[in-house]
Formats: sequence, C-alpha cells, structure tokens
Amino acid sequence: METTKLPPSSPSSPTTGFSVPSAEKVDGFPRRSMRRARQRRSHSSSQFRYQSSQVELTPLPLLKDAPVAELHDLFCKKLQQCCVLFDFLDCVADLKGKEIKRAALNELVESVATSRGVLIEPLYPEAIKMISVNIFRTLPPSENPEFDPEEDEPTLEASWPHLQLVYEFFLRFLESPDFQPSMAKRYVDQKFVLQLLELFDSEDPREREYLKTILHRVYGKLLGLRAYIRKQINNIFLRFIYETEHFNGVAELLEILGSIINGFALPLKSEHKQFLVRVLIPLHTAKSLSIFHAQLAYCVVQFMEKDATVTEYIIRGLLKYWPKTCTQKEVMFLGEIEEILDVIEPSQFIRVQEPLFKQIAACISSPHFQVAERALYFWNNEYILSLIEENCQVILPLVFATLYRVSKEHWNQTIVSLIYNVLKTFMEMNSKLFDDLTASYKVEKQKCV
Amino acid sequence: MFERCSKSWRAQRSEPGGGADGDDSLYPIAVLIDELRNEDVQLRLNSIKKLSTIALALGVERTRTELLPFLTDTIYDEDEVLLALAEQLGNFTMLVGGPEYVHCLLPPLESLATVEETVVRDKAVESLRKISQEHSPVDLEVHFEPLVKRLASGDWFTSRTSACGLFSVCYPRVSSTVKAEIRQHFRTLCSDDTPMVRRAAASKLGEFAKVLELDYVKSDIISLFTALASDEQDSVRLLAVEACVSIATLLPQEDLETLVMPTLRQAAEDKSWRVRYMVADKFSELQKAVGPEITKNDLVPAFQNLLKDCEAEVRAAAANKVKEFCENLPEDSREQIIMTHILPCVKELVSDTNQHVKSALASVIMGLSTILGKDNTVEHLLPLFLAQLKDECPEVRLNIISNLDCVNEVIGIRQLSQSLLPAIVELAEDAKWRVRLAIIEYMPLLAGQLGVEFFDEKLNTLCMAWLIDHVYAIREAATCNLMKLVEKFGAEWAQNTIVPKVLGMANDPNYLHRMTTLFCINALSEACGQEITTKQMLPVVLKMSNDQVANVRFNVAKSLQKIGPVLDSNALQTEVKPVLEKLATDTDMDVKYFAQEAISVLALA
Repeated sequence: METTKLPPSSPSSPTTGFSVPSAEKVDGFPRRSMRRARQRRSHSSSQFRYQSSQVELTPLPLLKDAPVAELHDLFCKKLQQCCVLFDFLDCVADLKGKEIKRAALNELVESVATSRGVLIEPLYPEAIKMISVNIFRTLPPSENPEFDPEEDEPTLEASWPHLQLVYEFFLRFLESPDFQPSMAKRYVDQKFVLQLLELFDSEDPREREYLKTILHRVYGKLLGLRAYIRKQINNIFLRFIYETEHFNGVAELLEILGSIINGFALPLKSEHKQFLVRVLIPLHTAKSLSIFHAQLAYCVVQFMEKDATVTEYIIRGLLKYWPKTCTQKEVMFLGEIEEILDVIEPSQFIRVQEPLFKQIAACISSPHFQVAERALYFWNNEYILSLIEENCQVILPLVFATLYRVSKEHWNQTIVSLIYNVLKTFMEMNSKLFDDLTASYKVEKQKCV
Repeated sequence: MFERCSKSWRAQRSEPGGGADGDDSLYPIAVLIDELRNEDVQLRLNSIKKLSTIALALGVERTRTELLPFLTDTIYDEDEVLLALAEQLGNFTMLVGGPEYVHCLLPPLESLATVEETVVRDKAVESLRKISQEHSPVDLEVHFEPLVKRLASGDWFTSRTSACGLFSVCYPRVSSTVKAEIRQHFRTLCSDDTPMVRRAAASKLGEFAKVLELDYVKSDIISLFTALASDEQDSVRLLAVEACVSIATLLPQEDLETLVMPTLRQAAEDKSWRVRYMVADKFSELQKAVGPEITKNDLVPAFQNLLKDCEAEVRAAAANKVKEFCENLPEDSREQIIMTHILPCVKELVSDTNQHVKSALASVIMGLSTILGKDNTVEHLLPLFLAQLKDECPEVRLNIISNLDCVNEVIGIRQLSQSLLPAIVELAEDAKWRVRLAIIEYMPLLAGQLGVEFFDEKLNTLCMAWLIDHVYAIREAATCNLMKLVEKFGAEWAQNTIVPKVLGMANDPNYLHRMTTLFCINALSEACGQEITTKQMLPVVLKMSNDQVANVRFNVAKSLQKIGPVLDSNALQTEVKPVLEKLATDTDMDVKYFAQEAISVLALA
C-alpha cells in the first residue's frame, strides 16, 4: 500500500511513477495528514494551455431583441464567443470576460430550449464546435492518488460555472424538437463519441451525471452510432478490468447499458451474449465493485429477463468469481444472487442448483455473521422458498450438514436462531428426508469420533 | 484415458513386485494426479506445482501422450491453477524429451495465452518465449510460427494481445518469406480495432524493431511508430514514447532528424499530460539515444518546458531527471547550458506549489554540485539547498539531508552546517514519528561527514533524547543508531560519551527506559569490546536482575545470553551463572523461560 502517485496508465510499465518519497519508504502507511493537506485544493482543471486571454470579449446584443433576420447570425456569433476558454484556477482573472461568456451561454440555453426554428443546418457545425472546444480536454491527474470514491471527496472541475452551461446547452440541443439526427450525424461522429466517452472518467459527479443523460440521448437519436458506442464502452470496461482498475464513470455507463439491454432484440445476438459473459460478469472482480454493483446487478438481471437461457452462464460466472477474502463483496454477490433468483425460471434453477447451493452452504458457515445472515435471508423469500421446496430432494442434502453443524457452533445468536428457522422449514417440507439426513449425519459423526 | 492410468498405478502397487522400477514411488504420483482433479483449489495448485515430479515419474513418452493432453483439457480451471501451469510448462522441455519434442508443449500454452486473466496470459507468453529458443529453425516454422499466426488472427482481443509478444522471438530464425508474413501480422495488430491490442503492439514495438533488418526498421517500423504516436488514445501514444528510445538507438544519426524527431517533439508537447509525463520519465534514455547534437538543439528546450509544465506530475517526473540530464550533457557546453537554461527553471521549482515536485527536486539537486564545481555551487546552488532545508514539507528537508555526501565532496559540509543544524533539530523533534525515524537513519552518515567534534557538540544530545522517545520504533532505531556511531567513532569515544549516559538510565523510574539500557547494551557490547562490557556493562545488567518488573528481569536474561559470547569464561562462571540460576527459579514464567534458554545457549548447565 505505497502511496505512489498514479503513473500514466500503461500496461507495460508498472514501475514508472512518482518515486516514493523517502519519508514514506519508512513504512507503508499513507499519511493522512499529507492527504489532508492536498485536499485543500479540491478544484482542478485540465485545459492544457489556455488560449491567450487577450481575446477581449465584448457583449453582443441580446438574442431576444434581435430581429428575426439577424437571429441566426447573432446565434452563431454567440457560439463563437463561447469558444473562448478561461482560467478558473485563477478565480479573479478576467472576470468581465467570464461574465460575458456565462451570459451568452445562458442565452443560448434559453433560446434552444424555448424558441422553435432556431436550429438550422449551418448552426450544427458551430454548435458542435463550441461544445467540443469546451468539454473535450485531457482530464487532470487525480489530486488524491489513492482516491477512494466511497471515502474521499471528489475533486471538482474548476471551470464548472461555464462547463455546466455548455453541457446544459448540449442537452437542450439534443432534446430540441427541431433537432435533426440526419444533420447532426455529420458532426457528432465516432471521434466525437470517443472523446465524450473518455470524459466519463471525470472525478466530478456533476459532470458524469450530464454525460450520462447526454450519451443516452445520443444513443437514442443517432442510430448509426449505436454499435460503435457499445463497442467503445466494451473497451473501456475491458481496460478497467484487465489493465487499470481505475475509471470513475463505470456506474454511469452501466446505467445507460441497463436501459439499452432492455431494448435488445430477441434472440440475443452473439455480440450481446459475449458482452454479458466476457465483460459484465468479469466486472464483478473489480476491487471497487461496491461503487457500481447496483447498476451492474441491474444489467445482469435485465439480461436474464430478456433471455432466460443466459441464466446458467451468469450463475456459473458469479460462482467462478466468488470473493474469497472480501466479505463485503460476498454480501453484494449474495444480494445479486437473490435478485437473480427472484426472476429465475424454475427450469433454469434446476440446472444451477447444485453448485449454487454448495456456495450458499459455504456462505452460511462463514464466521462473518453478515455473510451467513445474508445467505440465510434467502429462506425468507417466498419465491426462492418455493423453488427450494420443489427441489428439496437435491438441495437439502447439499446444505444439511452445514446447517446442522453451524447451528451448534456459530458464535452469533442471530445466525443460530435463523438456522433453526431454516431447519424447521426443511423439517416441515420433507420430514422423512430430514430424519434420514439427521440419522446419517449422526452416524457419520459417530464414526469420526 | 488419464483416469485409467492413475488407477492402474494403484493397481500395480497392490501387486507385489508389479513394475520394474520402484512401484512404491509411483503411488505418491498417483495421488498427485488424483489431486489434479480434486475439488479443492489448493490441492490442485499443490499438485500442479509438483508437475515436473509427475512428468519425471511418467517418463517422456507418457508425459507427451497422456499428461499434456490431460493438462490441455484442464484449461477451464481457476486462474491460480492456470498461472502455475503456465509457469511450469516453460521449464518442461527436458521432461517431454528435449528440443526435438518441445513443440508438444505448444497446444496447452496456446490455450493459456488466450485466457481472460492478464497474469495467466502474460505468464503463458513468457513460457512460449522461453521455449521458442529451444525449437530448431525447422520446428519454429512448422509449429511455432503457425501458432503465432493463429493467435494474431484470433477473434477475441486476448489472443491478439498475446501474439504481440511472440513476433520478436521467432523473427530472427525464420526464412525471409515467413519474415515478411510476420511483419505483415505485426503491422495489422498495430492498427487493430481494439485499443488493448494496439497498446500491446505499441509496447512491443521497440523490441520488435531491434530484431528487424535496418531497411525494414526505416520502411516499416517508422510508419507504425508515427501512427501509434498519434493514436486517438493517449494510453497508446505514451507507449510509443517508450519505443522511441529503442528505435532512435537503432538508427544512424543522420536519419534521426527526419524519422524520429518530428514524432518526439510532438510527444513532448502532447495535449495529454500522461504522454508528456512519459517523455519526462524516459528523458535520460531519450537523451542518450538521440545523441549530443539533437540534445543541445531540441531536448534542452523540451526539458525546460517539461520543468515548467502545468501539471505537477509532469514537473515532478522532469525534476527527478535534472541531475541525470545535466550529467549527460556534452562536456563542451555542459556548464553553459546548465547555467543559462536549466538552473533558472530549477530555481523556480524550489518554490513550487506542489510538494511532490519540490521533494523530487530535493532528491537530485545536490548532485548538481559535482557537475558545476565549487564556485558555482557556493554561488548558485547553496542558496537553493538552504531554501530547501527550510522547506515547510519535512520530506523535502529529508531528501536534502540524505544527499549531503555529494556536497561534502565539493565544498565541504561546513558551509551548510549552520543551516543544517536547525533543520536536523526540527526534523528530530517533528511531531510525526515517521519523520523522526527517517532522520535517525541518516545520523551515522551525518556523523561521518560532520566529524566527531561537531557531533559531540551539537548532535549527541539529540541521539540520547531519542532513547527516551515515547514511540518504541524510535527508541529501537536510536539504539541501532548508537551501535553504528560506535562503529564509526570507536570504543574509546563510546566509553566517554555514550556508555555513562546509557548506564545511567538503568536507575530511571520508568521501566521502559530501564529496558532501553538493556537493549543498548545488547547492541553495543560487541562494538565496545570485552573490557568495557565486563567492567562497565555487566555489573549494571546483573544488578537489574533484581528489578521488580518482570519484563526487565527477563530482558536481563536475554541480554546476558546476548553479551555472553563477549565475556570471558571466568565472568560467565562466577558472575553470570549464579544470576541466571536465580532467575531460572523466578516466580514469573517468562523470566524462568528466558533464563533457562540463556543457560542452555551459553552452556552453563
């Protein structure tokens, strides 16, 4: 756990990076006090070289006052004016210019949102250019190299006062009733989308929220880009899983996918199945699973609801990547399994019940009571209980020995009483089988002694 | 099939005298093979790790015909098992019958090179690279090269990624037709659709360039290099910077300007800080590769820009390279370049806003003094050292102090000692024990350079104060520090300055301090020698055996065991033995235990 700064992510050079400062070589503990010091500057921006701000902005007439004949021309001028970038790390620099741009952006947003007939063809390239100039940038290195999204405050984008309005404009632009995909597709192309996707790594949650909605609209309106967007999201995930383990926007991208999966045609194309098996399931191995687990589980369940035949892949995949040491993740996996079992088809259940209940038995005997508890809660779920009842002959022998043993041994009283309830349920389900198993368990135990 | 064979061994074993050579030795093998199929991952893993034993017992033929096909089927196992398997197979050549049969190992390794998990894949590629050398040229073309081609045109990115690492090992030993095919495959992968594959190709570009004929380097590699260096993804572009070093080394000087420099210049100004960081990080290598002329004209301004970069990461990486870069400048213009171009940037970095940048600079800046000589050091560098010695960040101060030896050689440390002392004292009393610990480690070095008088006058009290620090790690380090000081200044010095103070602590009301006396004696007895140990230390230790705290008493037993070898046998028999015997009957069980241990180790029973 050295506090090395994140090097540029490259698969082949894991050793490059900040040399570990000598005071930290002493031992491996990150020094909280130092991290505090750094968090003081929690704003960051990443425009590489600001255009020389010599470009003085002069206020233009208001759009609403413009005669119709000049409206488009003025709109265009305002778009061009908004291409000037300002240094927000220096908060007092060029305040006048910043204000002019902010006002112009506000007007553009307002105009696109409310008036009809503004979006004519010549404005498309200008609008997209203004958006590109403002939002596309290399994201800055993280202020906090061990940024933990669950614990630490994210670094916020310093130029947000302008950036937000640009995103707002983009969104209104896409949502405008005048918006013509056939015209937009010439400018919102693959390269544009790729840059848009890279921005999902932003540490600023406000920016990711906008990006999510915007990408969703782009996916919905520009049909020609759909396959490309899916492929690039694939690449981002694969890189996250196998190369860097770092990407801030996984949850947002999964959220978009969740709604996309819903619209997949049946039977599922092999591309989509491959995505499930080779990307979504391996995503469960990530260290930072807790940040996007809800969205991931939603995607997985969407797939199952779409096509029940993928059930076996999913369950076997989860069992393959079952956490071995991290109990927190184990609880998440159990939660996901319950979501899956909630919608599983009985015929599919039969195909996976054996390996699945071996794992559940292992969880019940976990010394961590939250894991055991989460597994035992399955018996409170009526649908799961009905599945267990139908397959009692198979399942009870798999879990019986564990239940019996743990009921005598577990340190936590809640677990013990939950197990008694489960045993009681089984006894009522099939008392003959239960008695047989009890007898043979005792014989077995006797033998060991 | 394999199931049968493992059973048949057990059958053989039950018939007495069934096989010719050692059936009994085959039984454990059968167990190992059963374990390869066990449900418990750990058992499978253990068995895989003993795979060579299994193969040895089976003999080369059965290894080829039974074991390897069986292993090829196991490829659906847990990643841990697969990793162990991939590693084992790299050392299997002799076990399948030598180089003649080495190609039998290719099928399982090929499957391993396509799995999802990166570590497994990388290990499989490593093993494939290893065994490629054991193929005859004919086998290389018949068996190995087709495998590379299959991987290079695989459906999923994993196999194509693996292929990237295999081109360079087979290229030098195949016919020119096959060579052309290999070049074509590499070219295809450099423009692969998947960024993962392009990254793999980019990271192997330099290595591949090295095995190519110079003409092809110029015609093929340069265009690939240029393309990768302007890839749409910065993660690909930055890898091209690494390749740049190897490529520049291969080309004759006159081609560098046209073939490499445009790309390198562009990388140093890339819009992504990751790429610029990479340039900064590889700067010394790049400097060596392009030679003195290009360095003077191009790299000096580029380096200045990196030192002034807007991202702290880049500045810090560049700051780390300041000394090396200056050292490698051509001698005729070195001083002038440093003084007019580099030093102004360095001066700015001394007051950088980012502590990592300052601390990176502090770790190398002292090295400039040897390059610039005495006068320049005194005039230009000394003010910078002094400023950094007063930096608010302890790490910066520590880095300066830990590199004092460079300055010592040039101007003598005395020039600094006035400022050094307050800096050391402040670090020595820092609220963070890790900082105190770090400065203790430099004490012996400082003592050596400042000399015994300065030390006695200014630093000795600090060293003694650490002995009663409230953090154990500091007391422990302080003890060790004393030992190193005695090694440096000699026993006589110890007797006069340290030993009385250490022994005085034996009467301290705090038992932790009394124990520190014992720990110091443990550390010092050897360096101080028999006389001091017997006459001064031993009486104190023996007296402490009556301490009321059991921890002190059992540490007395441990100390006696430790210093016993330094004492003569008379002292051992007449003084140590009775005390240990008494401690061996102590009421506390730990005291008893350590006393008995000492008695037996010192052979006093």
